[in-house]
Amino acid sequence: MSDEVLNPSSAAEPGAAGTEAVRIESLRKSFGPNLVLDGINLSLASHEVICLIGASGSGKSTLLRCVNLLEPIDAGRIVLWGQDVSRPGIDQNLVRRQVGIVFQAFNLFPHMTVLRNITLAPVKALGLQRRQAEDEARALLDRFGLLDKQADYPDRLSGGQQQRVAIVRALAMHPQLMLLDEVTSALDPELVAEVLDVIRELASGGMTMLIATHEMGFARDIANRVCFLAGGQIVEDSPPAELFTNPKDERTKRFLRRIIDAGRL
Amino acid sequence: MTGPPQTSFGRTDRGPRLLAGGRGAVAISTASTIVVLAALAALFLLAPGSAAVRHTFFNPTDMWKSLIGDPKQGYYSVGAALWLNIRMFLAAEVLILILALVIAVIRQSVSPVLFPLRIVSTIYVDVFRGVPLILVIFAIGFGVPALSLPFVSGQSAAVYGVLALVLSYSAYVSEVYRAGLNSVHQSQVAAARSLGLSQWTSLRYVILPQAVRNIIPPLLNDFISLQKDTALVGILGAIEANKAAEIFSDTVFNYSSYVVAAILFLILTIPLARFTDHLIARDRRRRLAGATV
Repeated sequence: MSDEVLNPSSAAEPGAAGTEAVRIESLRKSFGPNLVLDGINLSLASHEVICLIGASGSGKSTLLRCVNLLEPIDAGRIVLWGQDVSRPGIDQNLVRRQVGIVFQAFNLFPHMTVLRNITLAPVKALGLQRRQAEDEARALLDRFGLLDKQADYPDRLSGGQQQRVAIVRALAMHPQLMLLDEVTSALDPELVAEVLDVIRELASGGMTMLIATHEMGFARDIANRVCFLAGGQIVEDSPPAELFTNPKDERTKRFLRRIIDAGRL
Repeated sequence: MTGPPQTSFGRTDRGPRLLAGGRGAVAISTASTIVVLAALAALFLLAPGSAAVRHTFFNPTDMWKSLIGDPKQGYYSVGAALWLNIRMFLAAEVLILILALVIAVIRQSVSPVLFPLRIVSTIYVDVFRGVPLILVIFAIGFGVPALSLPFVSGQSAAVYGVLALVLSYSAYVSEVYRAGLNSVHQSQVAAARSLGLSQWTSLRYVILPQAVRNIIPPLLNDFISLQKDTALVGILGAIEANKAAEIFSDTVFNYSSYVVAAILFLILTIPLARFTDHLIARDRRRRLAGATV
């Protein structure tokens, strides 16, 4: 019954601490002959923050897009709050309404004002009254210091502002899980901090998050666990203190050495 | 600096500039325009057959007579007949915008359920883009009445003309729509769907507005063309401007009526061209200025 998907009463309580929010089992995904994800196993508890690190092309973004059902998977299972959302016949729209994703390139709607960018989905997908949606959107914008931008079009905003609006747009759906796909990679260095601060605030508010990032310092600060992806698999999955100071796998060591050499850690 | 900001491409926020440079350039361009026009006028006036052409094509009396019309003399008013062109154009335009969009969306769809419709749409576009409009008008205008179907076969020539125009132009316009849909980046689809918006809602509120914005110039270009092509419906016997001009010239043996029809079509199409420019400029201004909703 697709109607029951992710219904808290029929599944594990999404908000309860310690319950499993995400479980990915033997996930495989390829694009044509290119095997991108080769048996990913990952479990994420409610209120937990996991950072995915790894070289470009290691499949971090693909993994996030699979969790949000933007990419059909070839094999394996994705279970959100006890419900298998990768089986056929699932109502993908219902799943996506509870899983927010923020993209590297912001992907704001250029023909809509900031306010309308944020209220579109609550009004059209959740059926909220426009007025209520706008009030909620303004409250969120205010919380992240963007209230004076509500009537602007995205191309009037800086990259950092656009990305914060994109985060607010995702939050307006009251997601139980946030997926962040290298959200600072397209930003000028001086704009990175304002976006990372927003994510820190979400983490301290207890948001469950799966974050693909190249910001190692940030990952070390914020993550409960850090997963290193290589060859389409999670090679290492440990708390940041352990992974960054005492990596076990040879590939992790090599990756971190390159990062340190580049002055990024 | 005064005046609108300029970039190295010589554009202002009103769109491409016709002239680059300052007051000196305006003086030069004015002078050269006058010289060219004067030369063309001299060529026309000094040509050996000039007097005859002026009498046959630009005779003020005949132009006025054909514009006003005189049923007792056996000819119609070209001006009044233009009203039929306008009505045919307006009816066809609305139907084309709808039909072409449906075809474009079907052709862009990926659902296996719509596969038969995709095939039909593809064949439709291939056929009606390939067959000359005048043949489509003949086929519909003479073929459908010959079927002797109740209601369908009893319509006026203008109705068949509009039907033919819609069939032919929708094939073209659907391709314009498709180009517009393709011009919207895939990441916009991902962003819309990731928020839990359905495929239809994403199309309606996110993809289509951006697509249409990108294709307004080619779309209106097709409609300027459509305004003129309503004249072809005259071959079915509908008394539109071109047909009225033809009747006048057959009756009075003077071609000035065609010049009247040409001027009327110009008066009709130029505002649409300016309106296109206005829409583009307004959209540009609004996007650059932000602020107002």
